[in-house]
Amino acid sequence: MRVITKIGEWFDHRLQLAAPIREAAEHPVPRNTASWFYVFGSAALTVFLIQLVTGILLALIYVPSAGEAWSSLQALNHQVTLGWFIRAMHGWGSNFMVAIVLIHMAQVFLFGAHKYPRELTWIIGVFLLLMTLGMAFTGQVLRFDQDAYWGLGIGASIASRVPTIGPAVVKLMLGGPIIAGATLSRFFALHVFVIPGMLIAFVGLHVLMVLKLGINEWPMPGRIVKRATYDAQYHAMTSKDGAPFVPYAVWKDMFFAAFVILAIAGCAFYFGPFGPTGQPDPTIIQTAPKPDYFFLWLYALLSLLPPSLETPFLLIGPVLVIIGLILLPFLSGEGEKSWKRRPIAVITVLMIAITLGTFTRMAQFTPWSPHMNAWSGDPIPDRYIHGTSALQRQGALVFQVKQCRNCHSLGNTGGQRGPALDGVAVRLTPDQLIRQVIQGGGNMPAYGNNLSPAETTALVAFLESLHPPTQSPARDSARELVLSDGQLKTSGTQPRP
Amino acid sequence: MTTKPVIAPSPEDTLSRRGFFMKLGILFNGFAAMVLAVPVVGFLLSSVTRGRANGYLSWVPLGRIDEFPEGETRLATFLNPNVMPTDGKTVDTPCWVRRVAGEKFQVFAINCAHLGCPVRWFPQSGLFMCPCHGGAYYRDGARASGPPERGLFEYPYKVENGLVTIQAGELPTPGAAIASLTGEKPPCA
Repeated sequence: MRVITKIGEWFDHRLQLAAPIREAAEHPVPRNTASWFYVFGSAALTVFLIQLVTGILLALIYVPSAGEAWSSLQALNHQVTLGWFIRAMHGWGSNFMVAIVLIHMAQVFLFGAHKYPRELTWIIGVFLLLMTLGMAFTGQVLRFDQDAYWGLGIGASIASRVPTIGPAVVKLMLGGPIIAGATLSRFFALHVFVIPGMLIAFVGLHVLMVLKLGINEWPMPGRIVKRATYDAQYHAMTSKDGAPFVPYAVWKDMFFAAFVILAIAGCAFYFGPFGPTGQPDPTIIQTAPKPDYFFLWLYALLSLLPPSLETPFLLIGPVLVIIGLILLPFLSGEGEKSWKRRPIAVITVLMIAITLGTFTRMAQFTPWSPHMNAWSGDPIPDRYIHGTSALQRQGALVFQVKQCRNCHSLGNTGGQRGPALDGVAVRLTPDQLIRQVIQGGGNMPAYGNNLSPAETTALVAFLESLHPPTQSPARDSARELVLSDGQLKTSGTQPRP
Repeated sequence: MTTKPVIAPSPEDTLSRRGFFMKLGILFNGFAAMVLAVPVVGFLLSSVTRGRANGYLSWVPLGRIDEFPEGETRLATFLNPNVMPTDGKTVDTPCWVRRVAGEKFQVFAINCAHLGCPVRWFPQSGLFMCPCHGGAYYRDGARASGPPERGLFEYPYKVENGLVTIQAGELPTPGAAIASLTGEKPPCA
């Protein structure tokens, strides 16, 4: 034991690090901050370290070449011992990191930690969030599969919409005129050198400021932050009622860090690695690319925004959000810290969480995407053809063959891009059906050029039969009145039992 | 032993020999940085600057004219004109070739005009459909429905000695559509 002490003293005599480390570890923190709410920052750091280690391990095998990246991932999954597990850890680690960073951000915001004197800590935190998302996107590209390839195309399409310099930005992003070898190489450089380097520097600053300025005290309703008095108040709080960070508060951080590591390992072990999906071969067009979990909300947004709003939203929206987040500590740098006295802050966080959650959920179903194989894969349910006339059956055939099913569901199968047509005859009269089929409208293409009059007649006859037995089809009462004068009254279709 | 009192330099008298050399050193390093910046920036922007004046575009063959029956739309692939050794399969580029009649063609990019996903042709309904966000186009490439703000991108084409060739080499994006480079307007709905 004495030898170890002696060796330690020998090193410290030269390094002189023991005293500052002890000082940092034992700096007094307000007792009420030793809370389970205060563990997310250290958890984010823990996941970042896991990502560093697993990332370096993956780099031992991974080949950042457009021709070989995909097969090197296959080798990791199937040939290299435990390669699948390291890939899974890295993939799940990225999901956990984004989630924990967001939770950490919501927590410090609700606890007023962005207020004086921690404005810069918050701003650096905003940059850390952006870098984390940057890592998530570039990492998705390195898993060079179909989703990565077409995801890059989506990124390029968005970048190209920047006025004037758009095309130049695309070529800078892709490293050339198309998505190819140079694209993967530059995303590799970003993911492995540039962004991690910046992350390490900014994480260092972020933690240093937490140590220098002290951890945010537990907010009490009515305890108002003022620039003039806060520093003295905080100092009094820590000197009178403070406790050393180690070990008074740190044990909760350690427990949660271990829990997070085990949770990532558990997910990795149980669910396995993400992909890769199909080969990054652009000639394989039978693919429906989808982004990774944390960009699903964006996928939904891009489908649901009106076309005219999309470009302004994509280009101006992120700028406004980032400026807003950076300005936040200056706009509300003083005042109440407690969430109990900040209803707008609470509502804002809830609104953002619900919006992102809803979009993410929707993107898991993609109701806006046509089901490309529904016309050949999802037959019309028996009950819709049973007891129908020859003309109506011919119409059902037209309905399938003309890919109507790709966007319209019947009996809960088929696309959801357009409305379900199970009861369409109740909603639209025969004339309206003919008009909608021929001219399109709403979100539907016009089929006038692709249907013969006979096909249209058959199709509309089939659509007219689609109504519940207890409800009669819609009819235009004025039409019957007009036609009855000329003795041309037509008999409407009767509801089927 | 008496020492001369150290006189602090007055503001007018700050330029000592050492101070001068330090400033000269900063200036010298600034110059060195500028010399270094020229090749560094030139290298970084090379993918942009090469693309000027249609630097990436060239004519590539799609196939013989009789491979494309009149009135039909077929998938064709071509090798992107700029190939690097590490590109792998990514330089194989698909496109949709519609032979309207005779030597009149329309060659559409595979990329949806919305966000670049691969569109698929459905001859039965005469529509191109995009699997991502639900864009749809008519057989002539005009926008039919969904989020795209324009029709499909078209490559300029020519038919020479029975060979269909297109001018290609860049990923078509809404900001720099291939058709717009040649002054052709996209077909309107």
